[in-house]
Amino acid sequence: MTFLDEFKKYDHKEVLDRIMGKTAQDVERALQAERPSIEDFAALISPAAENFLEPMAERSHRNTLQRFGNNIQMYVPLYISNVCANGCVYCGFNVDNPVNRKTLSLDEIEQEAVELNRHEFRHVLVLTGEAPGVIGNDYIAAAIRKIRPLFSSISIEVYPMDVAGYRSMVEAGVDGLTIYQETYNTDLYKELHLVGKKRDFEWRLGTPERGCEAGIRRVGIGALLGLGNFYVETFFTGLHALYLAHKYWRTQVSVSFPRIRPAEGGFAPLYEVTDKQMVQGICAIRLLLPDCGLTLSTRESSRFRDNLIPLGITQMSAGSSTAPGGYAQKDDGTGQFNIDDDRSPEEISRVVRAKGYEAVWKDWDAAFLRENVS
Amino acid sequence: MDELVIAGRKFKSRLMVGTGKFSSNQAMLEAMEASGSDIVTVALRRVDIDNPADYMLKHIDRQKYLLLPNTSGARDAEEAVRLARLSRAAGCEPWIKLEVTPDPYYLLPDPIETYKAAQILVKDGFTVLPYINADPILAKHLQELGCATVMPLGAPIGTNKGVKTKDNIAIIIEQAHVPVVVDAGLGAPSHAAEAMEMGADAVLVNTALAVSSNPGMMAAAFKKGVEAGREAFLAGLGKQRKFAEASSPLTGFLREEK
Repeated sequence: MTFLDEFKKYDHKEVLDRIMGKTAQDVERALQAERPSIEDFAALISPAAENFLEPMAERSHRNTLQRFGNNIQMYVPLYISNVCANGCVYCGFNVDNPVNRKTLSLDEIEQEAVELNRHEFRHVLVLTGEAPGVIGNDYIAAAIRKIRPLFSSISIEVYPMDVAGYRSMVEAGVDGLTIYQETYNTDLYKELHLVGKKRDFEWRLGTPERGCEAGIRRVGIGALLGLGNFYVETFFTGLHALYLAHKYWRTQVSVSFPRIRPAEGGFAPLYEVTDKQMVQGICAIRLLLPDCGLTLSTRESSRFRDNLIPLGITQMSAGSSTAPGGYAQKDDGTGQFNIDDDRSPEEISRVVRAKGYEAVWKDWDAAFLRENVS
Repeated sequence: MDELVIAGRKFKSRLMVGTGKFSSNQAMLEAMEASGSDIVTVALRRVDIDNPADYMLKHIDRQKYLLLPNTSGARDAEEAVRLARLSRAAGCEPWIKLEVTPDPYYLLPDPIETYKAAQILVKDGFTVLPYINADPILAKHLQELGCATVMPLGAPIGTNKGVKTKDNIAIIIEQAHVPVVVDAGLGAPSHAAEAMEMGADAVLVNTALAVSSNPGMMAAAFKKGVEAGREAFLAGLGKQRKFAEASSPLTGFLREEK
C-alpha cells in the first residue's frame, strides 16, 4: 500500500464538491474535535470556514506553542546549480528559458557555505534542477560532504531519486528532504510539465515515501500554490502529510506553503490564492497535524511573513538567494524566482524576537548520524 | 536537611527545569533563577557543544547549576550513546538525561532502545537519568542496570495534562531504590505538588514555564508547588475517605455499659 493507492481512491471533482458542500456546523464540529478527522479537515479548508479564521488561528497558535514553544527554526537555501532539463512552465529554470546557467564547483560551493556559516546559519537546504548527465547523485553527495563540517543539518531539494539514491544522500550527511508535488491534479500536472523526467506524476508522488524508506529524518511536502484549485490542493497536501506521518512514524513530516512568485518566463498564476486562504490553509494543516513542521520561505512579503509567525509556522528561511553562487560569487547564475522578503538574517531574527519568539539557528546535530563530527 | 541525592551528589532543590521552547534566552535564564533549581537540562542538539561562545553554554553558570545534557532527538540507542559521548568529550560532566524518542510526534520514549543505551552508558561510566514511560517493570530493569534515577512521564511531553499515569507512578515510587523524577506533562504547580505528595523525589518542568506569558513568575509558582508537595509528603497526608465517619459509631452500643 502506497500513497498512490490512497490517492487513487479519490476523485478530484468529488473532493471539490465535498469541500464546497461543507457548512458552518461542519466547521464548528471540526473546531471542537480533539483530533480533527480528514472530514473535519475538509470543513476547515472550505469556504464555510472563512468566517472562522480567528478561532482557527487561535487554536493553531495554541497547538504550535504547546508543541514547539516560542521558537522559529531558521534555515537558508543554497542553490548549487540551475541547469535543468525539465520544462515546468512556471519555473525560472525551465529548459526553454534563456537564463544564465551555472553549476558550482565544489570550491565555489564551499565558498557559499562559508559565507552562510558566517551568518549563524547551521541549517541549510541544498537545491539543484534536474539534469541527467550534468547533475548526478555523486555531484550532490560530494557537495554535501564538502559543506557538512559547516552545518549541523543539511536538507536537499533536488530531483526525485530512488531509495538507493536517498540512502547515499543519508550516508553523505543529509537529514532532510523537501519535495513538492507542485499540483495533485493529474491533468493539470501533464499540462504544466511539458518535457523532462518530471512529467512522471506517479514517480514524483512516491518520492517522499522513498525518502522516508531510506531513513531521511525530516521530509517536507507541499503544493505550489497558484496552480490548481486551492481547496483541492490543500486537501491532498493534508492527506499526503497524514499518510506519511502515520506510515513512517519515525520521520518528521513538514508542510510548506510555496505561493507562485514572478520568475523568468513570466508565468502568471492559474489560480489566485489569497492571503486569507494561505492563513486558512496553514491553520487547517496545523489542526489536522498538531506536531507537523510548517515552513515559510522568503517568497512571501516581509509584512505577511511577520504576521504568519504566531499562526503555526515553525521554520523560516532568511537572507535567501535563489541563484547558484548568489552569496559569494561575483558571477552568479539566474535565480529560480524573485524573493520578496529580502531582509538580512539578522534583521529577520530581530523581527522574530519582537514577535515574542526566539530564532533558533541550531536544532539538530550531525553527530546523531555520524561519528567524529560535532 | 531534606536534600535530593542522586548518585551520591546532593541537591537542595527538587525541581529540575528544561531550557527549550523559551521565547528568549533571557526569559530562560529568569525562569531558571526563579525556579531555585540546581539542575537544568539542555538538549545537545540545540548547543554547539565544542563552542565555548555558544549562548547557553556561556550563560548557564555551571558553579550554580548542574548542566544536565539530554539526548533529545535521538531515535535509537546508537544515536543517544554517540551524543552522550560527544558531550563528555566536550568537557561536560558525565551525566546524561537519556531520551530516546523515535516518534517525533508524541515524543514518547522507546523502552527497548532506552534500555540498550542505558546499558552501554552505565558501563561507560556515565551517570544515567533515563526518561521513560511510567512502566514499573522497565523502571526495575533500569535500576538494576545502575541508572541513577528513573524519570517516568506524567503525560506526553508538552501536554500540560498533569499526572495522568498516577497509578503506575505510585507503583514505581513504592518499589524504586533510586530517586523517581516525574518528568513530562506537568502543566501547573498543582500537578507538581501532586507528584511530590505521592512521594516522587523530584519533578522536571519545561513547557509549562517556557510557554507561560510570565516564565519567571510561573517558575516561582512551581518552586512553591514542589516545596508544598514535598512538605506534605514528609508530614504524612491524612488518608482520603470515601464517606464521612459517623460521629456516633454504629457499633458503639457494643462498648456501652449495660
